Amino acid sequence: MTDVICIVCPNSCRLKVDEKNDYKVTGNACERGVSYGRDELLNPIRVLTTTVRLTGSEECRCPVRTRAPIPRAKLMDAMSAIAAVSVAAPVTSGQVIIPDLLGTGVDLIATRTMN
Amino acid sequence: MTTYQLIVIGGGPAGLAAAHAAWEAGLRSILIIERSKHLGGILNQCIHNGFGLHHFGEALTGPEYAGRFIDLIAQTGVELLTDATVLRITADREVSVSSTAGFRTLRAESIVLAMGCRERSRGAVGIPGTRPAGVITAGTAQMYMNQFGYSVGRRVVIRGTGDIGLIMARRMTLEGAQVLACIGAGSTADGLARNVQQCIHDFNIPLLLNHTVTEVRGKNRVEQVVAMQVDSRRNVIPGTEKIFDCDTLLLSVGLIPENELTRSVGIPIDSRTGGAVVFENNETAVPGIFACGNVLQVHDLVDFVTSESVRAGKAAADYVLHGECTDTNALELAAGDNVKYTVPMRVRRGNVDKSIEVFLRVKKSFGENACIVVKQGDRQIARYKRAYMSASSMEKFSLPLALFESLDPNDGAVTVCATEQEA
Repeated sequence: MTDVICIVCPNSCRLKVDEKNDYKVTGNACERGVSYGRDELLNPIRVLTTTVRLTGSEECRCPVRTRAPIPRAKLMDAMSAIAAVSVAAPVTSGQVIIPDLLGTGVDLIATRTMN
Repeated sequence: MTTYQLIVIGGGPAGLAAAHAAWEAGLRSILIIERSKHLGGILNQCIHNGFGLHHFGEALTGPEYAGRFIDLIAQTGVELLTDATVLRITADREVSVSSTAGFRTLRAESIVLAMGCRERSRGAVGIPGTRPAGVITAGTAQMYMNQFGYSVGRRVVIRGTGDIGLIMARRMTLEGAQVLACIGAGSTADGLARNVQQCIHDFNIPLLLNHTVTEVRGKNRVEQVVAMQVDSRRNVIPGTEKIFDCDTLLLSVGLIPENELTRSVGIPIDSRTGGAVVFENNETAVPGIFACGNVLQVHDLVDFVTSESVRAGKAAADYVLHGECTDTNALELAAGDNVKYTVPMRVRRGNVDKSIEVFLRVKKSFGENACIVVKQGDRQIARYKRAYMSASSMEKFSLPLALFESLDPNDGAVTVCATEQEA
């Protein structure tokens, strides 16, 4: 049995995950806690949010995020890959900045429309 | 003099939601005045996700949440004045504003105050020592890093375990800085448990609880920060010094609602919230002037800011279209046992449709059998069960009119208490 704090929403549910019983999750207030608790023990994943260099605008950084969670172990490698990228304005919120980030199958997208 | 039906001061999440709600309620001449160049307020620098789970049912980043409302406003005829600072408002609702277009005085039939808050700084917590560069509030560091692209620091100590401090611990780590410690005076972190997990534990950042920063050292730039253990009364314990060699001290030590304009028109301020004393519809003591968002009370969740601001915007529209509320026999709503404050503080029942929404903060943590009790004198009016309540999380409940319609204000204030239910 492992204690896990669910990070899906501000409720921060105190989950218990039972490794010996097919990773059964208890303590969750909603269904999202079930998959979070299971993933947290088998393959921890996180949405990465950061910024990329922006050119051709009054602003110099464009905020971005991974469209879906990626393996937690890849966060720092992802930061290095993102640091190498620059994007030119105009940018639309939701626009793909890096497709298939580090082979995760997850796109890096802009989160703000920048002119 | 140009007259608007509604002038909204502040173009952050509160101002945007209030303006949009007022437009939906039928007002057709609305102006939002925003100090910075862009709408969106503080959300533009809050690039992390977790916003909008209540309001939109999905986890958005700050800019995405703001973007939804900016898009909604763009579909209306709401006018915008950005890069503009309101210097003065009057009780008869004149608004003087300074902008690149010069100084102008406008007239409004109603005003929504949505100026937000600012951060408490080193002076507010009185940290002794020298005054070198490198001591910055966490929100300022967030702006430098996320909007201007500065690195801010390489070896960092963070004082305060509120959400902004935790978020910045992760943010600086991701950008290559080393966060030596996140220091809090309490026995638990002030921020949400999810942020302790994903910002602190995920990156093995030391969380130093029951400690405070007692000295800043350094001539031009921060060179060292000294922390000491505190007892349960938060007095430092001699001989417990820990010295950190660092170049930056971030402070996440609370927020102050920006109410200079509010005070200048004589609107009473509640000493516990730091915001205006308001009625059930977010109207202040000055008729036609409403307040919502962090300028009214410091929120944890932008979703709650939105719902509060929608109410304020609707109320402003109602005031303009249907006139002043005529119910002068208001019930007083007061904080009872274990409750720090309630918002609203006064309720005019003639102005309530079906129910009122009440926000509160409790003074201490409660376990699984927590409950909120509403009563007048010894008579219980309503009771709400909660699993866990903590001083760092705002609570809210909806009180149906039927339960308080027949109360007599002469029987005393309606009090809101927090207690542990007997099993």
